[in-house]
Amino acid sequence: MISIELLLLVSAVMLFAGIYGFLTRKSTLAILLSIELMLNSADINFAVFNRMVYPNGHEGVFFAIFAIAIAAAESAIAIAIMINIYRQLKSISADKLTKMKW
Amino acid sequence: MDYSQFLNMQAELSLLAVIVILFVADLFMCGDGKKGVYNTCLPVVLLTIHTVLNICPCCQGAGEAFGGMYVHTPMMSIVKSVLAVGTIVTFLMAHKWLSREENLIKQGEFYLITLFTLLGMYFMISSGHFLMFFIGLETASIPMAATVAFDKNRYESAEAGAKFILLALFSAGLLLYGISLIYGATGTLYFDEIGKTLTLSNPLALLGLVLFISGMGFKISLVPFHLWTADTYEGAPTVVTGFLSVISKGSAAFVLFTVLIKVFPELVGAWNQAFMWIIIFSITVANVFAVRQNNLKRFMAFSAISQAGYLVLGVMDGTAQGMTSLVFYLLVYMVANLGAFAVITTIEENSGKINISDYNGLYSTNPKLSFLMTLCLFSLAGIPPFAGFFSKFFIFMAAFKAGWHWLVLIALINTVISLYYYLLIVKAMYIKGPGFTEQKLVSISADNDRVMPEDGPIPTFRVDCYTRTALFICVAGVVLLGICGVAYNCIDSFSYGLDKVMEVCTGCCK
Repeated sequence: MISIELLLLVSAVMLFAGIYGFLTRKSTLAILLSIELMLNSADINFAVFNRMVYPNGHEGVFFAIFAIAIAAAESAIAIAIMINIYRQLKSISADKLTKMKW
Repeated sequence: MDYSQFLNMQAELSLLAVIVILFVADLFMCGDGKKGVYNTCLPVVLLTIHTVLNICPCCQGAGEAFGGMYVHTPMMSIVKSVLAVGTIVTFLMAHKWLSREENLIKQGEFYLITLFTLLGMYFMISSGHFLMFFIGLETASIPMAATVAFDKNRYESAEAGAKFILLALFSAGLLLYGISLIYGATGTLYFDEIGKTLTLSNPLALLGLVLFISGMGFKISLVPFHLWTADTYEGAPTVVTGFLSVISKGSAAFVLFTVLIKVFPELVGAWNQAFMWIIIFSITVANVFAVRQNNLKRFMAFSAISQAGYLVLGVMDGTAQGMTSLVFYLLVYMVANLGAFAVITTIEENSGKINISDYNGLYSTNPKLSFLMTLCLFSLAGIPPFAGFFSKFFIFMAAFKAGWHWLVLIALINTVISLYYYLLIVKAMYIKGPGFTEQKLVSISADNDRVMPEDGPIPTFRVDCYTRTALFICVAGVVLLGICGVAYNCIDSFSYGLDKVMEVCTGCCK
């Protein structure tokens, strides 16, 4: 049986990899992927806590399922907006989204 | 299953009915030639009926549904009614914008998306469980991104939408991770049960609290998390900016209060400390940046950040008085800010101008509009006869009683700074004549035929009846809420804070 610390370590690494990617990536699509990492790390946490610490009930697993559905809806909207930007800029680089500053 | 528990969800169900009716109406009535029937009237009338139905039974007491996932108290129905009234005003001022050629076909979408956002806020306000809270929060913010990017052919709108959705997702990720840690610390997601078991000695709980505060900070746009605000507000269609700055922010602030007192009562020292710095920075930084803006929407964004700081000042207290003053502040801020946005929208739609320097000499051509704008700005700044003074007074009083003397002093100093930049606009409208227009015209609109190449003040125009109604509601609110103390007392009789929360909870559970 894998210990709970290792599983939580995986989710923590995923969270911070996501944050790092969000801050450093140039393509908005890559930023979106980083955000997915962050959201999924929380889902892993829910599943791990539910399975290992509180095995009576399914609250955590249900939360993870709903969170996945919500993340999907968010990506759909985000990609739609990105397509709209691509139509006008012919690029989705975050460096180009600088018309409004300060 | 007991179906009578659905009766407790009256506000949500009636709003859902409004959405369904509008959806069907959109299918059959939108399009060629029939736009007059559908346009603005129907959604406004339906939403008014919904609000009236919602206000009337708010004295019936608390209730809950689905084993405590959904909680209903009279205070929540007051907040929901406030938000619904704000949405009505938004719809009224959206009339002219939605009547544009390119928006005619999309107006049904605008109403539906906005109402879904409102529905999400309702669920978020009434949540008694983190799952309901998170779903409500996301239902409120995902469609919002679609409305921010609503002007499909205008690049700024898309850029604002991208910035909004990416940061909303980022904050949702942090929030979700925080909730998962809280679940790990306590093993439950019900607010009441978490509140009983969570203690300060638990490091997981503390980290969960920090991530929760940062997630909510993005939604309310408090200072370390405010960077998306100005860009999104500037790029979004003006009507949407108004909605975003008031309804979205207000609901999140109220939820922040309820969650903090229900879930983290043991950690009160920790979050008080955090919010003290957040409030100081929100108010001060936003004020400094607001002074140097020329674009009016960007200016309003920074003004909204600083107002959010004042709004959260009510949270610091954690008592019933804090909640009353927060809700009253929300109500007053809503009428004043939406009033200002109604003026900005109508000027933008009629002349295509959005910069503060374009407002030079507005009084000579549109005296009534400038007067209304002045009233709203005075209320936002907190000048005595208007409602804004009283709302600020109550919120300062609540914080002062709780012992935050230094914080109140800093907030007071910032009120004076804010008075300066609000008066800059008033000065442009009244004192600076047309001769002052040294600034070259900046075209902000996609279709060039609406931009008038001239340097004089904005020409006189007639305001359409819908915007008049919106302005009437806002100005009535700004003037009357200040004079009549009934509103404050009414809210006060339903509010609850840290001391009372336990008895409210036991009242819910019966």
